[in-house]
Amino acid sequence: MVDVSTPTTWLLRLVAVGYVFFLVAWPVGLVVQQTFSNGISNLTDALSDEQVVGALQLTLMVAFWAVVINLVFGVGISLLLVRFEFPGKRVLSALIDLPLSVSPVVVGLALLLVYNGRDGWIGPTAESRGFQIIFDSPGMIMATCFVALPLIIREVVPVLHEIGDDQEQAARSLGASTRQTFWRITLPSIKWAVVYGVVLSLARSLGEFGAVKIVSGNITGQTQTATLVVEAKYQNFQQETAYATSFLLIVVSIAALVVVAFLRPKRAH
Amino acid sequence: MTSALIGASVEAGPASPEGRRPRRVRRTTPRNTLTRGAGLGLGVAMIWFSLLVLIPLTAVIAAAGQGGWSGYIDVLRNDQTWAAVTLTVSQALVVTLVNIVIGSIIAWVLVRDDFWGKRLLDVIIDVPFALPTIVAGLVLLSLYGPNSPLGLHWAFTPNAVTLALAFVTLPFIVRTVQPVLEELEADVEEAAASLGASRATIVRRIILPSLAPAIAAGAALSFARAISEYGSLVLLSGNRPFQTEVVSVRVLTFIENGNNQSAAALASIMLAVALVVIVALDIVQRRVARRG
Repeated sequence: MVDVSTPTTWLLRLVAVGYVFFLVAWPVGLVVQQTFSNGISNLTDALSDEQVVGALQLTLMVAFWAVVINLVFGVGISLLLVRFEFPGKRVLSALIDLPLSVSPVVVGLALLLVYNGRDGWIGPTAESRGFQIIFDSPGMIMATCFVALPLIIREVVPVLHEIGDDQEQAARSLGASTRQTFWRITLPSIKWAVVYGVVLSLARSLGEFGAVKIVSGNITGQTQTATLVVEAKYQNFQQETAYATSFLLIVVSIAALVVVAFLRPKRAH
Repeated sequence: MTSALIGASVEAGPASPEGRRPRRVRRTTPRNTLTRGAGLGLGVAMIWFSLLVLIPLTAVIAAAGQGGWSGYIDVLRNDQTWAAVTLTVSQALVVTLVNIVIGSIIAWVLVRDDFWGKRLLDVIIDVPFALPTIVAGLVLLSLYGPNSPLGLHWAFTPNAVTLALAFVTLPFIVRTVQPVLEELEADVEEAAASLGASRATIVRRIILPSLAPAIAAGAALSFARAISEYGSLVLLSGNRPFQTEVVSVRVLTFIENGNNQSAAALASIMLAVALVVIVALDIVQRRVARRG
């Protein structure tokens, strides 16, 4: 291993720690500090604000459904991509990653163009049957699904490759049905990857802003999620409420990070 | 290392991480091994994937195409839009360059150095990934906004754009370089050192070339993220036309004004950039996988 002189080591250490401190650690710390500048009254005030509470409930509902849909879809697609051969597989596996690089604003626009009730491709048909997508929760769930789509797949696919299919074949040759093989063999071995993916998806889903802003219409008290409330409150000069709501979102995302940091090493063994 | 990258032999059949298991001869695997149940599952998955991703993205391209080439040119010719495009691309490049240097240093420190609080630093690196983007903007405002304890008032200036982009793209290069650096064999470095190579030579001739693909992949991801960023800029940059307005904000303005075609034209350019990045990444990753 290359020996680095002590001054260089210290210099590199200082650059790394200093950059992260000024860019991430100190600003996040300041927001936490400002949240508690009046004790816990900022938090209690925010939690008694109907707009905030409604937004938090809506956010949880949207995130829950988005994660459930992505979980089923993600595990299914991962199994298909790893365990089967079919034409177009390589294209599909490349396309799956696309949502991570698409701007949230473009995601919102794309869904709007297809599902809006006025001149969308599918929207008018759906709305004439009483199923509103844009400016309502289905659209918000779709937007959230879109942005968090690859997260579970990216976790599960490498693990499926790693464990191979020997055990599954053994189970099948001993007479296990496909369903039994999945629940008894495959799922237990990808368990941690799935949990990890779900935590990441949940954090991403709770925090989505741009795409949801466009498809939800940002209607106060109806389709406003927690992140949209942060924006609205800050721009309305209700900064304490904005800070308190942000604090809640920070707690959730850091909790997700900590959970993941504890899960990762477990998975390696 | 670089010669291995360029002269990599082409594998038969699709290269996938399964290539790591040599006992499976790819050429003999049939093209289609779907069972009936799996085929049904694939069908359902594809319908959902089409409804969610493929059809909407096609709609963007179709809406952009309605105006033909002149539509694109009209959109880009608009001074305000052009200013937004140049600002976004230049800031994304600046931030990517900063990330290449700082990200590699942070990865180095995390892998090769050892000090009190390193584990904490490792966790903090992921904070920008996990924080909602609007919260990221608010967070940065607390240190670099009007009430800054440092006396820096960067809100609503182009500096704010740089800052926000640097924040959200921080983890990319660190997280792509870190695992490669961890797996780097110390033997080669020791051999070079015992043959009299200086530290600088070892870093330049041995370490950097091995890290180059990872740095390139991280840089591509960070550039793609930077040009598409929206949420963290809303509160921080003030979205001033010609000064701090980025492409995403421009697209949103078009949408809010009901001008979906211009929005789609600009969005399709952003989509094209995203696609180029994905293809480039795919190529880099395949070459790296083959090398191992």
